[in-house]
Amino acid sequence: MIRIANGQGFWGDWLEAPVRLVEQGPIDYLILDYLAEVTMSIVQKQKQADPNLGYARDFPPLIGRIAARIKERGVKVIANAGGVNPVACAREVKRLAPQLKVAVVIGDDVLDRIPDFLARGLELRNLDTGKPLSEIGSEITSANAYIGAFPLAEALGTGADVVIAGRCTDTALAVGPMIHAFGWKPADFHLLAAGTIAGHIVECGAQCTGGNCIADWQSMPDFANIGYPIIEAEPDGSFVITKHTGTGGRVSLDTVKEQLLYELGDPHNYITPDGIADFTTVRLASDGPDRVRVTGIQGRPATPFLKISISYHDGYKAIGTLCYSWPNALEKAQLADRIVRQRLEDLNLRFAAMDSEFFGANACHGPAAPANSQPAEVMLRIGVQDRNKKSVDRFTRELIPLVLNGPPTATGYGDGRPPVREVIAYWPALIPREEIVTRVEVVE
Amino acid sequence: MKIPLSRIAHGRSGDKGDMANIGIIAYEERHYPILLREVTPERVKQHFGDRIRGSVVRHELPNLGALNFLCHEALGGGGTLSMRIDAQGKTYAAGLLGMEIDADPSEFGD
Repeated sequence: MIRIANGQGFWGDWLEAPVRLVEQGPIDYLILDYLAEVTMSIVQKQKQADPNLGYARDFPPLIGRIAARIKERGVKVIANAGGVNPVACAREVKRLAPQLKVAVVIGDDVLDRIPDFLARGLELRNLDTGKPLSEIGSEITSANAYIGAFPLAEALGTGADVVIAGRCTDTALAVGPMIHAFGWKPADFHLLAAGTIAGHIVECGAQCTGGNCIADWQSMPDFANIGYPIIEAEPDGSFVITKHTGTGGRVSLDTVKEQLLYELGDPHNYITPDGIADFTTVRLASDGPDRVRVTGIQGRPATPFLKISISYHDGYKAIGTLCYSWPNALEKAQLADRIVRQRLEDLNLRFAAMDSEFFGANACHGPAAPANSQPAEVMLRIGVQDRNKKSVDRFTRELIPLVLNGPPTATGYGDGRPPVREVIAYWPALIPREEIVTRVEVVE
Repeated sequence: MKIPLSRIAHGRSGDKGDMANIGIIAYEERHYPILLREVTPERVKQHFGDRIRGSVVRHELPNLGALNFLCHEALGGGGTLSMRIDAQGKTYAAGLLGMEIDADPSEFGD
């Protein structure tokens, strides 16, 4: 049995979580998930500004903080902190923790290869819209293939203490150690599916140990000290989800079921580079306090494709808010919304998209929200989006005047006019697996 | 009689682009047939009105006593394009759990 703990569900997750996982009980592998789609374009921009950047900058200081303890306990760290510059990330880790052996997985970043792909007739059609990439018509800011667990296992095979990848799948972080420890092969698709589902359960950190859990949340123990998840993985593909003794939160059938369903598509076809997992084969059983045993998982072999995620510049947006107090807060906010729209129309400003929401009334659920005839306050939130930056900028000047020239009791304008932000959009596509060749480097 | 779905189920929701997924889970396995009967894709779409512009597809996970709803064009463009506060559909499960369903007391009683 090996213990794989996840100490980071996204870049920005609780800084203390990985430290506590190492300090508060036994683990063999610490995995850390830093990358969301939006992260890739951010780090690509950072790298363009400074060739020594382009990775998750929280990661090297964390390793510096836990280096002595993981060396002493033999804990291996696997993280997709490398962003678009895993080697620079590894060098910074070596600078802060010279006693550790650090390996990187390279080969996911295909930004420079896009023109070559297109020239060779790979259309890179959008998985959602079916359009070929040639229709994108604006600047591509990053392009990365999602790589699977086998390159991570190969990196662990070098004896590295820390393995840094770029854009690997979240689930691969958990499957990599299993392949390394148990000798699983690509043909072991049921086992890989089991590892993948274990990875899915822990990939959002505390979301499987009581965080964001609707079931019985009022009785959730000690949120402030919530324990992050640990997989106790067996060579036969069965595993237990648990957390360190004495930590807050809860591991129960309810908390695990909620996370199993999180961001799930077709449960029969959970596709990763390592294979296809079938969520309808999962069997759960209580295994004592804060322990859930998972068995029975089946899968199918991997597809001949890898997913690539391309990000591109898609115009600008701005979102502004104004708060109206009771009485009749919603009516005031709705009138203000109509006034703003009228004034924009009178300026002949058109936007690719415009959206208004009324916080306190129905922003989250629209008509599914319960009626409240007299909310104490309502926040009007208006957003516009367009490729014309000037139009978006002009919009940002149309909200604050309402404080003096619109319906009464407007407030909450203290931050001034809202900022104009660049919109980065995503283009998911498939690419033949053989196009992506990864390699492992040990960074001295 | 009418009961809120939250009386017999919990859940979690999230996003994939402009699609929201809403997972609804029976607290007790014996209540799963009530979910199957009452929480249809049509009712989910109706419950959220203009919030869900596209189709709603239901997947069944009897092993978990759960249903997974894929709600298309439900997040105002989704991801970075959306201007909504809940562009990731994080609160949609809570919204669906507020839906009233028909159930006989003999079905859901203790």
